[in-house]
Amino acid sequence: MIHTDWAIEICGLHTRFGQHVVHEDIDLAVLRGEVLALVGGSGSGKTTLLRQMLGLEAPAQGSVRVLGASRYDCSHEAQKQLRVRLGVLFQRGALFSALNVYDNIALPLRELRNLRESLIRDLVMLKLDMVGVEAQHAYKMPAELSGGMIKRVALARALALDPELLFLDEPTAGLDPALSESFVDLIQTLRKELTLTIVMVTHDLDTLVAISDRVAVLAERRIIALGSIPAVIAVEHPFIESFFLGARGRNALRMFQKN
Amino acid sequence: MSFNPSTRTDDTWYRLVVQGECTCVQLAGSYTLMTLDRSLPGLARELTRLAAQSGVHWDLTGIQQMDYAGAAMLWQAWGGQRPAYLSLRPEQEKMFMRLEKAAPLPASPHSSAFLPITMLGRRLFLFLSHVAGIIALSGQVALDMLYLIAHPGKIPMREISANLFRTGAQALGITAIVGFLIGIVLSYLSSEQLHMFGADIFIVNILGMSIIRELGPMLAAILVAGRSGSSMTAQLGVMRVTEELDALTVMGIPYSLRLILPKIIGLGIALPLIVVWTSAIALLGGIMAADLQIGLSFHYALTRLPDAVPVVNLWLALGKGLVCGMTIALIACHFGLRIKPNTESLGEGTTNSVVVSITAVIIIDAIFAVVFSNVGLRIAG
Repeated sequence: MIHTDWAIEICGLHTRFGQHVVHEDIDLAVLRGEVLALVGGSGSGKTTLLRQMLGLEAPAQGSVRVLGASRYDCSHEAQKQLRVRLGVLFQRGALFSALNVYDNIALPLRELRNLRESLIRDLVMLKLDMVGVEAQHAYKMPAELSGGMIKRVALARALALDPELLFLDEPTAGLDPALSESFVDLIQTLRKELTLTIVMVTHDLDTLVAISDRVAVLAERRIIALGSIPAVIAVEHPFIESFFLGARGRNALRMFQKN
Repeated sequence: MSFNPSTRTDDTWYRLVVQGECTCVQLAGSYTLMTLDRSLPGLARELTRLAAQSGVHWDLTGIQQMDYAGAAMLWQAWGGQRPAYLSLRPEQEKMFMRLEKAAPLPASPHSSAFLPITMLGRRLFLFLSHVAGIIALSGQVALDMLYLIAHPGKIPMREISANLFRTGAQALGITAIVGFLIGIVLSYLSSEQLHMFGADIFIVNILGMSIIRELGPMLAAILVAGRSGSSMTAQLGVMRVTEELDALTVMGIPYSLRLILPKIIGLGIALPLIVVWTSAIALLGGIMAADLQIGLSFHYALTRLPDAVPVVNLWLALGKGLVCGMTIALIACHFGLRIKPNTESLGEGTTNSVVVSITAVIIIDAIFAVVFSNVGLRIAG
């Protein structure tokens, strides 16, 4: 075990696509056990930053350390170890369309190659129960599922290996208000039950206010504000004003103050 | 607490403590997927063996960290129930409550003794539904054609010309290469044989007849079926999956008129032209090879060709091209419209489309051969 308070450490990160500079000298650290929300306008590079944390893209410059291991210059074996310790909920679920719900969740467990099928079965059914999907849906194909169900199954798959670190890319996008509320409740329950560090990209203020401990605001190629919601709102910047202090933002914040 | 050194101990995972009559299993360490890793199967076996004994006291309070994989492993070792004597910490209690609550996996809907028979039946119905689908689609296309004859202003000219370019002009390269090589091969093989009988000049008859009547149309049709048929299926399939077809319908643009008909007409025009092109290049290759092999002059071959091959064969080839082209496009569109929104279906649909259209091309060729067996086969004198 590596004992450090940082789940993720990003130092001096630069990203360029051709001539277009996306990130300029970004420093960001995610504490263990916290929920960090990443917000920013469209095209501000939130998803790119998330993909860099996942090791799907490499930055032009700078380092990304996840759970104490560098994302880009550590051994193949260490990378593999790392993959087992994190789970990702992709925006559209990214369920394997050729596999049914059960096999989708069983896949990461089977990939370990040292679990018996009966144990895998218990774990899959447990994860389905955790995310509130009934057993009768286990044999359905992803194409037969509704949007909310896809998210739940994808979350079950992300949690299959009991990860320490969970990435959520737009967890409530495309869900109706009632569904997104129940999804937010689900994430909160799971967070209490499993010791999770969550990094979340979101546009949805209600989700943001409900789940996150800290917020990082990405704009103009850098992180312009980082901290709790009141601290972030105190920062004067046109994006923060339009994002948090518009009509929708004020509504969500009122709810926040009430709680 | 008396510790009995004679009992088997495994310091990393558990310790057996015997207190008088009672055996106590004290679990220790981290019961997580990461730490258990390779030792999991062996440990699971040992714990199952221990759980089989009666009156064992399980003490889990010494576990530093446990995740659901560890909990599920213990749960299985206990045979899916709590042992009689069990000490837990509150957070472990919660985990086992969840495990108790989780529903078992329902029986797979696919396993049945009649599986082979139901599979066969399903295949048969699938085949029939394909036949019905193709008939319905050709009916739709026929209706669209009648509609366009009545309303010539609505003929989708741009789409037809785009299809003509994509399936015709862009296919010239590959058909030329294949045609040229086949011409050379055919010429080499047959000129050698004819030379043995001193019948060298008949190479023109053999090349002309086989290429113009048979090989040219077949090569062109098979290549186009693989090249354009698959792309049409994939295009329509993806458009269906991404709901683009629905968007067209909602806008009042019938996709059969705007997408399917132009493909069928486009390939119906393009394939006869490709047939002529392929045959010409194949003949060129054949004659060049014959020139090298047996010294057949180019001029002689070209002047001899009209006598050896009656012109009706060319019309027959064009007819084959037309029918094959429209059939390929029809089959490709049919399979494209049946693609379901998953990755496997797209691959399967494209493969099926190509296999079925190549088979159809060969069947059409056989029908032509039988029907026109008396046409254009005059023995050159």
